[in-house]
Amino acid sequence: MTFVYLVVFGFAATALLGLITSWIDRKVTARVQYRAGPPFLQPFYDIVKLLGKETLIPAGASKGAFLIAPVIGISGVIVVSTLFWVNQFFSEGFMGDWIVAMYLLTVPSLSLILGGFASGNPLASLGASREMKLVIAYELPFILVALVPVISAHSIRLGDIINVQAGGVFAGSISGILALIVAILCVQAKLALVPFDIPEAETEIVEGPIVEYSGPGLAMFKLMKNMLLFVLPFFLIILFFGGLRFDGINILWTVLEYLGIVAIITVIRNTNPRVRIDQAVRFFWGPMTLLAIVAVILALKGL
Amino acid sequence: MGKTIIPIGPYHPLQEEPEFFTLTVEGETVIDIDMRMGYNHRGIEKLSERKTFENSTFVVERICGICSTSHPYAYTRAVEDIFPMEVSMRSKYIRTIIAEGERIHSHLLWLGLAGHFLGYNTVYMWAWKLREEILDVMEILSGNRNAYAMFKPGGVRRDIKPEDVPLSVKKIDSILPTLDMIKKAVLDDPVLHARLKGVGVLSYQEAIDFSALGPTSRASGVARDVRKDSPYGAYQEMEWDMIVTENGDVFDKAVVRILEMFEAAKIMKYCLNNLPDGEIDAKIKDVPPGEGIGHVEAPRGETFHYVKSDGTNRPIRHKVRAPTFMNLPTYKATVKGQTISDATIILAAIDPCYCCTERIAVKDAKGRMLYDGKDLVQLSREKTAKMKRRMGVR
Repeated sequence: MTFVYLVVFGFAATALLGLITSWIDRKVTARVQYRAGPPFLQPFYDIVKLLGKETLIPAGASKGAFLIAPVIGISGVIVVSTLFWVNQFFSEGFMGDWIVAMYLLTVPSLSLILGGFASGNPLASLGASREMKLVIAYELPFILVALVPVISAHSIRLGDIINVQAGGVFAGSISGILALIVAILCVQAKLALVPFDIPEAETEIVEGPIVEYSGPGLAMFKLMKNMLLFVLPFFLIILFFGGLRFDGINILWTVLEYLGIVAIITVIRNTNPRVRIDQAVRFFWGPMTLLAIVAVILALKGL
Repeated sequence: MGKTIIPIGPYHPLQEEPEFFTLTVEGETVIDIDMRMGYNHRGIEKLSERKTFENSTFVVERICGICSTSHPYAYTRAVEDIFPMEVSMRSKYIRTIIAEGERIHSHLLWLGLAGHFLGYNTVYMWAWKLREEILDVMEILSGNRNAYAMFKPGGVRRDIKPEDVPLSVKKIDSILPTLDMIKKAVLDDPVLHARLKGVGVLSYQEAIDFSALGPTSRASGVARDVRKDSPYGAYQEMEWDMIVTENGDVFDKAVVRILEMFEAAKIMKYCLNNLPDGEIDAKIKDVPPGEGIGHVEAPRGETFHYVKSDGTNRPIRHKVRAPTFMNLPTYKATVKGQTISDATIILAAIDPCYCCTERIAVKDAKGRMLYDGKDLVQLSREKTAKMKRRMGVR
């Protein structure tokens, strides 16, 4: 059964939905920019094409870490999405899986840092060090706002968080809406999208940590990013909207919530320039952390 | 913290052209830079010396795809400077229209690229979409979207038809609201303010020391514009403002360029509406011996051409100096102490055009430079002496 969960839900369903989300993101971006945009299957083609390419290992790289980094990254996403799926559909979570989810969600960033430093390229290590600073910046407010549903539900079990919200979603309360705003901005940074695409800044450091990757390694990183594009909005829906629901009119609501979060992320990424790393750190440790603390206090007061 | 070398180039997504900058960085702070040019072999000047005065106009038009008007404009002015002659008012107006249209499309192109370098791809696409409109206007007026082939020594090659004027004016009017929207989107964006203000400051004194030109100098408060300082074409005929700002940072350079587009549209519209009658070609027959200089305000600054004639139908010497040649060294002053994130946009802020600037670099098989500055001066002196002997002048 674990195998089915991991392969069918954790990998296949997440990858499929992630690639579709990535297509939506690309299409909306293109329409905003007066372009035609890619055909529906383009994200699939991209991954399949990369899988057929040669793997090049740079001369100065430490081979083991360089090759294992994308595997670690994609494994982390598969495990965390499996965790969300089983909580969603099979109620087979366990006490404290919220903590495991928070931990696993940083694994993709860690794999990028590992791969970047292992490839022995100055641009890649610069990107990796920026990624590291960015992780330090956004993790604090992200964990704080992820605590808000925990406080409201009195449980660190994702299944309980989903079940409690059957009576009324947390996004309806003041603390919930405040936490959701902060969480979306943190997700933006977790996905490394503009304005927080600092680690990968194409025109500055040429895609940063993944500059030396080619072939299947690059395909795995790309697929990991696409899966995250589904997993993180899914996580927000679990935390603040009571998970995906498929009974009656709620299907519509679920789809709208999901598309709404994706649309907000896409719009933010299309209406902002990239910020500097020091500005990003100041942004997350200043106003975002402050808002997160306010949200936590409000949640403690039961608002 | 150790020093690292970060290469920008020779091939880098930031640059459309091969150039090599090595940034010496400590952490994220740039402490020193080195520039290496010479990846493009040009040879335009030599080529021009083998063409007739008429045909050279087309050669210099192909120095740069973006400022494809400023080079022929400066060249024709240089040829017209060799001997006393008068260009008709109508051709002056037409030249001004083409030059200002080029300024709008060049600044829009820069604005788009600057957005792209900041990761703001929406501005990139919008600016380039708007640029299409102004290229349409240029196509109506000259028959070409780029490389207009409008110039010839003594006048212009092609007249503007009266029936094209209302359509062009209407099209220019129609882009102004969109331009205004882009201006607001760029100048009122708090994130852009945070990103660009106080970044890459070129002080007033540095702008003078480096002889910065065009928008690069005007953003630093140096009111330097060939169109005002030594008026040519039809620029004296109407009221227009030279945009000068004080701070010299990347934001001000953007402001100067954006506001200049409105002035350019104003000049274009005035010229189109008040086009005088007359001949468009002075029909030059012979170019007597002598030398002439021509300079015009290109979108990036002053473009300077020198032409020497020995009485035949070809220039014996043709020298081109593009504005980037003067603006590029300011990068050294502006980038030190900034972060790598800003290094790219600071470089882009001078709107560098390497293909205008590049001439030649002589290297051996191992990539070592064979000539340094002193050698080149020596070579140039020998060549001048040889030319003088051949022409019989002392």
